[in-house]
Amino acid sequence: MRNGEHDGDLVLKPLLQLSGIAKSFGAVRALKGVSFGLKAGEVHALLGENGAGKSTLIKVITGAHRADGGTMEVNGEVVSELTPAAARELGIACIYQQPALFPDLSVAENIALRLEKTGLLVKVKWAARRRRAAELLGRIGAEISPDAEVRSLSMPEQQLVEIACALGSGAKIVIMDEPTASLTQKEQHLLFKVVRDLRKSGVGVIYISHRLEEIFALADRVTVLRDGESVGTNPVDGLTEAQMIKLMVGREVEAIYPPAEGEPGELVLSVKGLSCAAGGVEDVSLDVRAGEIVGLAGLVGAGRTELARVLFGITAADGGEIFLNGNAVRIRSPREAISHRIAYVPEDRRRHGVILDMAISANMTMASHGKIFPKGLLKSGVETEAAKNFIRDLGIKASGPEAPGGSLSGGNQQKVSVARWLATEPKLLILDEPTQGVDVGAKGEIHRIIRELAKEGLAVLMISSDLPEVLGMSDRVAVMRGGQIVAMLEKGEADAHTVMAAALGRGEVAE
Amino acid sequence: MKAYSRELTVGAALVLLMAALVLFAPNFFEAQPFISRLASQMPALVAAIGVALVIMTRQIDISIGAQFGMCAVIAGTAAAAGMTMGVAVACALGAGAVMGAANGFLVAYLGLPSIVVTLATMVTWQEVLRLWQKGRMIALPEGVQWFGMSQGAGQAAVITIAALLLASAAWAMKNLFAGRHIYATGSDAEAARLAGINPKAVTFGTFLGMGALTGLAAALNLVQSPQIQPNCGDGLELKAIAAAVVGGVAITGGRGTLWGVLLGLMLLANVNPALTHFHLPPYWEKAIQGLVILLAVGADGMRRRNGRKNK
Repeated sequence: MRNGEHDGDLVLKPLLQLSGIAKSFGAVRALKGVSFGLKAGEVHALLGENGAGKSTLIKVITGAHRADGGTMEVNGEVVSELTPAAARELGIACIYQQPALFPDLSVAENIALRLEKTGLLVKVKWAARRRRAAELLGRIGAEISPDAEVRSLSMPEQQLVEIACALGSGAKIVIMDEPTASLTQKEQHLLFKVVRDLRKSGVGVIYISHRLEEIFALADRVTVLRDGESVGTNPVDGLTEAQMIKLMVGREVEAIYPPAEGEPGELVLSVKGLSCAAGGVEDVSLDVRAGEIVGLAGLVGAGRTELARVLFGITAADGGEIFLNGNAVRIRSPREAISHRIAYVPEDRRRHGVILDMAISANMTMASHGKIFPKGLLKSGVETEAAKNFIRDLGIKASGPEAPGGSLSGGNQQKVSVARWLATEPKLLILDEPTQGVDVGAKGEIHRIIRELAKEGLAVLMISSDLPEVLGMSDRVAVMRGGQIVAMLEKGEADAHTVMAAALGRGEVAE
Repeated sequence: MKAYSRELTVGAALVLLMAALVLFAPNFFEAQPFISRLASQMPALVAAIGVALVIMTRQIDISIGAQFGMCAVIAGTAAAAGMTMGVAVACALGAGAVMGAANGFLVAYLGLPSIVVTLATMVTWQEVLRLWQKGRMIALPEGVQWFGMSQGAGQAAVITIAALLLASAAWAMKNLFAGRHIYATGSDAEAARLAGINPKAVTFGTFLGMGALTGLAAALNLVQSPQIQPNCGDGLELKAIAAAVVGGVAITGGRGTLWGVLLGLMLLANVNPALTHFHLPPYWEKAIQGLVILLAVGADGMRRRNGRKNK
């Protein structure tokens, strides 16, 4: 059927050619040499795990990031010093995963600002803007008023506005970064039609999705990224799902992980049918025992962080029950979660974790002031003493308790973040991407610390997108997809294929 | 229409106030004092237009009072030295533009927070004025007041200049790409960058424009009195920012209209004369103005909370 849509005489010429593209953020090498070719009139899927470098690659192509190395050619001409404006002029349009819209402006103006390029002192043609927006929205079948303020639109509606922008740009290269992530079935249908229309008119589409069925339905070729490198481009027709998954994960679990010892103890956390519509968590049931590490795997957007936020009282649950040590509890705020001896080390160290300007001693004690200073008066001696203990126990490399958080490396900041929550003397420790952006050495140490804590009787729930980490650290692995736990794997049954297949929503995947 | 709800609310409040004055204190509208009061508000209106643009790009400028003083003293010194009125006005505009460009450079291109940058430049210009003038006031030569015309004609000229500026700036904000880029930058600077707008240039431009408008405001103030005080701009920044906020310019950027700013300024500026005409103690002025500002900010907060719920 897909072949039937190609006119036989459509010439497939290279529209975009990337060779050896590299990009680093500080010490993190996000792209280590990616090669990628896009022909006119093809849908080229880009596939890879979380953190494989897909989003960075897109931002390089659209000029939002500047590559450190490699070459990019558009229509056979080398492009350098690309800016977003220049990329637009080259005919590159992108639908970002997170809509990059102006919330205070109307839909028509949002579309217009992407498409119009004129001098500053030119008069805006409001009627033409409105007509054009209505026409574009009509073409994709979206029922959105051009006069609506974008602030008032839902996520899927904003995504449709993004699609209208890309459609209206007349771009020759259209990038779609997980465009269906927030769309309903009906809107997905509209999108697929747009993609097929674009291909028919000779546009090259780069299509990023975690949903393999979409790739089979839409794409002509697929390039797989792994750890910032491209591991090959293949025609979709010749591939099976199993082969695709193998290409994505295809690496050995290299690092050595500290082994579990002894049997897990009594049940600490038991969740039954937990739901949170606002956070996209649906009917989750999960047990975590003392001394046990339960890995929470899944793709970005599967609802893992949202689940953690519900457990920690940041987002309110609207269904289901939470039991701690056998007692039913309601957790309505982080303060209540802390009093129930739950600790949550969040994912985004910079935004929710370590306060960079504050001494690490203060960083460590801030969640447990009541415990450390029962009289309500801060005593710097007590604080320093507590901090010194953590620095020793966790092997934190810092000039001393007074060193500001910002002076530490990423790995040591993460340890400070962990220390803050250990100071609350938790029974349940929830870690969200504990080693993200941490170098290899520190990663090993953090793994050792997590295992030590479990041995001391803590129940650990560890969210991680790092597949080897999930497999190496976890005593059991829960896999989430679409807000639900879709697989609960014992240590023996969890391997890269079973976890990835469950995360992608494929039942049984043969080798 | 929902989009202009703030303008309508403030406009209605202003109409109510005026209606009450018509009924209970009709001598409020006596031509000569009414026009004098109006003309005396025009410098603040010009400054408020400038600061509204700055706030719309999600920045703030608290140095405009000190900038205003600098422009006034520079123009006054030029006039006192016998230069023509045109040269004196050009001096005010130029000095304002240079000071605005300094703020804009530090904020847009060095990425420093505007509240700190303009706090620093505010203190700097105040100190420069103090060391330079040592509190002296500058007596202006004959031909400066009312541009050398009669008082009536001069006041009409001041009001006309400000009105033309307001009308053209309001039109440009609505209808020129330059204006729309200001809204876009304030609404989401990263989205603006991705849409091919240069948010740094936009930010720099609004601070530059702010400076030039402060210069114009100082010139419109200069012609209304026979001498100039170095501290004549004190408090102007608060007046202008309050007018913008009450008129519906969101402190979070990206929203508001200049017509709203006019209404906001008129509402706040008429509190004092209204109190006088109602024979109420004028001590209430600041309290009432504060209440109006609180109501405006409270309404913004409600709008934001409701906006979030919809997502």
